Amino acid sequence: MEPLTTFEIITRILYQFIPVWISMLVVFLASISFKRKLGLYGRIFDSPIGIIGYGLVTFWVFTAFYAGFFDLIATHDPLAQLSGMKNKAPGTPLPRPEDGQYVYYLLGGDNLARDVFTRMVKGSAIVLAIAPLATLFGYIVGVTLGLPAGYYGGRLDTILSFMANLILAFPVILLFYLLVTPEIVATGIPSYMAAVFFVFPLIFVTVLLNSRYHVLPKLRNRLIAIFLIIGIWVYLSTISEWGRGTLVDFWPSALDLFNIPGGVLVVFVSVVFVNSPTIFRIIRGLTLDLKSRDYVAAAQTRGESAWYIMLWEILPNARGPLIVDFCLRIGYTTILLGTLGFFGLGLPPESPDWGSTINEGRKLLSVYLHPAITPALALLSLVLGLNLLADGLREESLKD
Amino acid sequence: MGLFLLRRFGVMLLTAICLTFVVFFLTNLYPNLEKLAKTQGNFRMTEEEVATWLGNRGYTRSTVAKYGEWLGVIPGYVIEGSDGETRARCAPRGLALEDAPRYCGILQGGWGYSTRAKETAGIVMFKALKLTGFLMLWALIVTVPTALVVGILAGMREGSRTDRSLSTFSIITSATPEYVSGVVLIAIFSSSAVGLKWFKGSAASAMNDANLVNFTLPVLTIALFSIGYIARMTRASMTEVMTAQYIRTARLKGVSFPNIVLKHALRNALIAPFTVIILQIPYLLTGVVITETLFNYKGFGWLLVQSAGNNDIDVLLGVSVVSVVIVLLTQLISDIGYVYLNPRIRIS
Repeated sequence: MEPLTTFEIITRILYQFIPVWISMLVVFLASISFKRKLGLYGRIFDSPIGIIGYGLVTFWVFTAFYAGFFDLIATHDPLAQLSGMKNKAPGTPLPRPEDGQYVYYLLGGDNLARDVFTRMVKGSAIVLAIAPLATLFGYIVGVTLGLPAGYYGGRLDTILSFMANLILAFPVILLFYLLVTPEIVATGIPSYMAAVFFVFPLIFVTVLLNSRYHVLPKLRNRLIAIFLIIGIWVYLSTISEWGRGTLVDFWPSALDLFNIPGGVLVVFVSVVFVNSPTIFRIIRGLTLDLKSRDYVAAAQTRGESAWYIMLWEILPNARGPLIVDFCLRIGYTTILLGTLGFFGLGLPPESPDWGSTINEGRKLLSVYLHPAITPALALLSLVLGLNLLADGLREESLKD
Repeated sequence: MGLFLLRRFGVMLLTAICLTFVVFFLTNLYPNLEKLAKTQGNFRMTEEEVATWLGNRGYTRSTVAKYGEWLGVIPGYVIEGSDGETRARCAPRGLALEDAPRYCGILQGGWGYSTRAKETAGIVMFKALKLTGFLMLWALIVTVPTALVVGILAGMREGSRTDRSLSTFSIITSATPEYVSGVVLIAIFSSSAVGLKWFKGSAASAMNDANLVNFTLPVLTIALFSIGYIARMTRASMTEVMTAQYIRTARLKGVSFPNIVLKHALRNALIAPFTVIILQIPYLLTGVVITETLFNYKGFGWLLVQSAGNNDIDVLLGVSVVSVVIVLLTQLISDIGYVYLNPRIRIS
């Protein structure tokens, strides 16, 4: 069989992405027709930059969704090594295709004869599973510590700010090397850090519910009880699954809900650890600014509790800059994940995430471009999309 | 001002102590020491042999004591080893025990010994810092003027076509991490697949003899990310200044547009980017680590990666001291410079 021409490669790739195109079309049509009723989200569609950014982001979100859950889009197994396909150029047909196998390597093969296109698509599922969630966790930690630091000030603020600055003074890569190497993972330090970090969502939601519903004790007790039972179960399942052999391994495996691969959680925790001090500083700054507003004084006069004021008065009013920063920060987290992969830290080397594939591909970069360039451009387009989306959101939110 | 400096200096010292203690603690965890013993001794050592090897070299004592020795506030150890040889922290290779000083921490100027390079850690770091300083200098020489010109051109007429295209350029570059831009640059300019082959994809030869062919790509890789970021900040500050009252007054007086930009807007528009540029230097450090690894340039970032991979404790500690000093010094300079550049703050 002849290798594909460039035009054929492009059409075939576009064809592979059909579920993504359909979903994007539906989302865009629905959003544009109801955009006046959708608040800030709808206003993204008023700015061309916002539309491009949102398009790139939704493209990767749907790709990750279909590739991760339904095994669509990808043409091969990301780990399958087919003989004769080592470092082959894009569009090369398989030498001996079996029944039901996709006949071409659309974007060529890497130095272990795996399909570059499939690995790029599968990699998006890993990146988009970790980056937004890690950012969200970073936000929960940052909000839970930043709000009281800004609101109360004083010694609490001094101590927390000092600790945040301490982490920020660390070179990020040294921190990664100190936390993610197998030797340190064996001591269980990342497991203990996870045990601490994963408590924050529990505290956050409990305080959130309590401050809102403390006037209705019955409803509050019920809500908090339900949340805590589910939350603590999930919490224990998460940390015990991973901390095998360490102190946090006491939860019976019969009650274990899910199984997260070890490397992913180490990476997750270190990314949250690096992100949260910056978020803490942003939240603290916004709180310092907002706490002198009239509505805060009004709430204080009404006799509202401090946490009610922080979570239900100050936080919602800080949402504008926080939403923009959240978008930017997902991009930054994606870059951090790539950095970890680039240094071969955390995730297993055969993992198809973009950083690891770039690291694999760069060794033969001067001869074979496609194994490194493909994930590099994928990462670039996702981060660019998030930056453009943040810009569009900022522009639109400044208009009123 | 004196009190302010003194306080900042105190905080700096405290931060450095806390940070190095964390690094010290993590590098001195037993699995790390075990790895060190095996790479330094031999890989087939049994667990007891590892323990005696470490014990003879003073690694198995408490972390606080070892940290005190490293700082130079506790006298260095003198241990008569189980193999009959007496080792002292302050008497490395060849120096007689009697001549050795009692203290040899960083307070006395001793940075320790690099177990990877078999050399004094101070010398190893000095060599690496010199190389990285050279790289950073060129990166800054490329970055700062480019970023300021791009930012000012984009910001002086907000919404114009120049603004749109330059802003797109800066958004794209600031969304490109070094490992992506480096890979793309190597692919375009040095691979045989594209065939341009203008520059070299490795900067190993630039350590002795840097020239356009082997040094352009690493400098560009570091510069691109910062150019985008600084240019966006400059643009934001420039657009703000251009809407100020005194610019309108100057326009109404009939001052020509180049004169308005150069004489009235520029100085005020450069206050914010100054802070950004200075604070960008610690970020350059992360970029330097990636770039030096990618281009095989044996500077400070390369040293960090190598010593972290080999658990070279003394060098890692030295690296963290240097980087924390850089981070905190740049913060201090940006604060002082901001006050100096902005008369409104200086007077009040």
